[in-house]
Amino acid sequence: MKVRIDPEMCQGQGRCFSIAPGIFDFDDLGNGVVIGDGTLTNETLELARLAQANCPEHAIFIEE
Amino acid sequence: MTDSPLVQDFATDFDHSDPQWVADPYPIWEDLRERCPVAHTERYGGAWFPATHAGVSQIAKDTDNFTSRAVVMGNGRPTELDLPAPIGGAPPITSDPPFHAIARRLILPAFAPAPINALEPMIRELCSKLLDGMAGEDVVNAGTKYAQYIPPSVIRGMLGFPEDDIEQFFEFVKIILEGIDHPEEQRIVEFEPVEKYFVAQIEDHMDNPRDDLTSYLLNVELEGQNLALEHVFGTMLLILVAGIDTTWSAIGAAIWHLAKNPEDLARLVNEPDLMPVAIEEFLRFYAPVTMARMVKHDMDYLGCPMKEDDWILLGFPAANRDPVVFKDADKFIIDRAENRHVAFGLGIHRCAGSNLARLEMRVAIEEFIQRYPKFELADAEVVTWAPGQIRGPRNLPIRILP
Repeated sequence: MKVRIDPEMCQGQGRCFSIAPGIFDFDDLGNGVVIGDGTLTNETLELARLAQANCPEHAIFIEE
Repeated sequence: MTDSPLVQDFATDFDHSDPQWVADPYPIWEDLRERCPVAHTERYGGAWFPATHAGVSQIAKDTDNFTSRAVVMGNGRPTELDLPAPIGGAPPITSDPPFHAIARRLILPAFAPAPINALEPMIRELCSKLLDGMAGEDVVNAGTKYAQYIPPSVIRGMLGFPEDDIEQFFEFVKIILEGIDHPEEQRIVEFEPVEKYFVAQIEDHMDNPRDDLTSYLLNVELEGQNLALEHVFGTMLLILVAGIDTTWSAIGAAIWHLAKNPEDLARLVNEPDLMPVAIEEFLRFYAPVTMARMVKHDMDYLGCPMKEDDWILLGFPAANRDPVVFKDADKFIIDRAENRHVAFGLGIHRCAGSNLARLEMRVAIEEFIQRYPKFELADAEVVTWAPGQIRGPRNLPIRILP
């Protein structure tokens, strides 16, 4: 399972890295970025889904 | 539009300055969503108001058919005196692609989470001092003595303006936003002190460069050249105006809500970890900011015969109450876990100051409820709400309870 952010769709709303700071970080412009290669465990999947459900731009994708 | 006739039907003749809309717009929007869902008015020279999340979202992201050249709806339209698209008078909020991305990239680093989070101790001290100033009083004005002072004090520091100038900023915001419908000649005269002030600040920063946003904008280079002074001026104006009564409104609305809902206040006092989630619900439920766009060309859009230069009133607060997107949309749920609210807009014009706004809200509310864990509205009848595109309580007397 992997999570990714579509950089074209992300507008820096800032929800993902606030909700799941272990999975997401921000860059110099304040846009969201995935930490590492985005691999999710059973433990982190739920948090990634919560971040996804809070992204106003629908820019987070989880591939299972 | 204080002289305008009262609105009889918001679907065909809406006006966001109508007293009914200013006092309580939510039932109006609910009604429009059910039977419209895009309202129209001949006022302001022609305007449309999409009441659904889908409509707001589609237009916010559609920079081919709509321009941001003007974002405050008034009777007039931009003239030859205004900077043309795609730059506009206050980049990047008034800019369109492709220039928009360039202008936005210049200011985003200053408002990114890392530099903004570093301001927390300063903001906390500021809030604490404001609260000290009203210590011992049974009734405190959380609007005019607290919420109102937090954002301009922070923005003043970021722009590097003198400490004693804050009272002037309120006047500037009033001139720029509330004077939008004054006759052109009157507006030019009213704007003079604003221009004079900013020119003086720019000159002072040219003579004495320092580590602040004004010096940064004066020195930053685009393709080897400094920004045009009009660009620097416009962006400074944007940062000052956009950063003041927006967040002030958001802080005020949150305190207003807590004053009226003791169970939510008690939960926040007892569960401080709930604050980030609560902030998002405050933002959804009381989103202060409505933006505007202009129609680029005649077209049929969302089933409406739109004409070039018609306004679009882009109601992010209305989108936030759409039951298609939000379960129990008309209920304030302090621990709402899934909350895709659009209080900061959608698409390329997402509020550049959103990280700062959230930080100011969180710290301002934390400090207030820590000092006053129990309070209520002193007099619900005297609470006034700002008219126009920024909605929030202005006069907000709060009775402190033992």
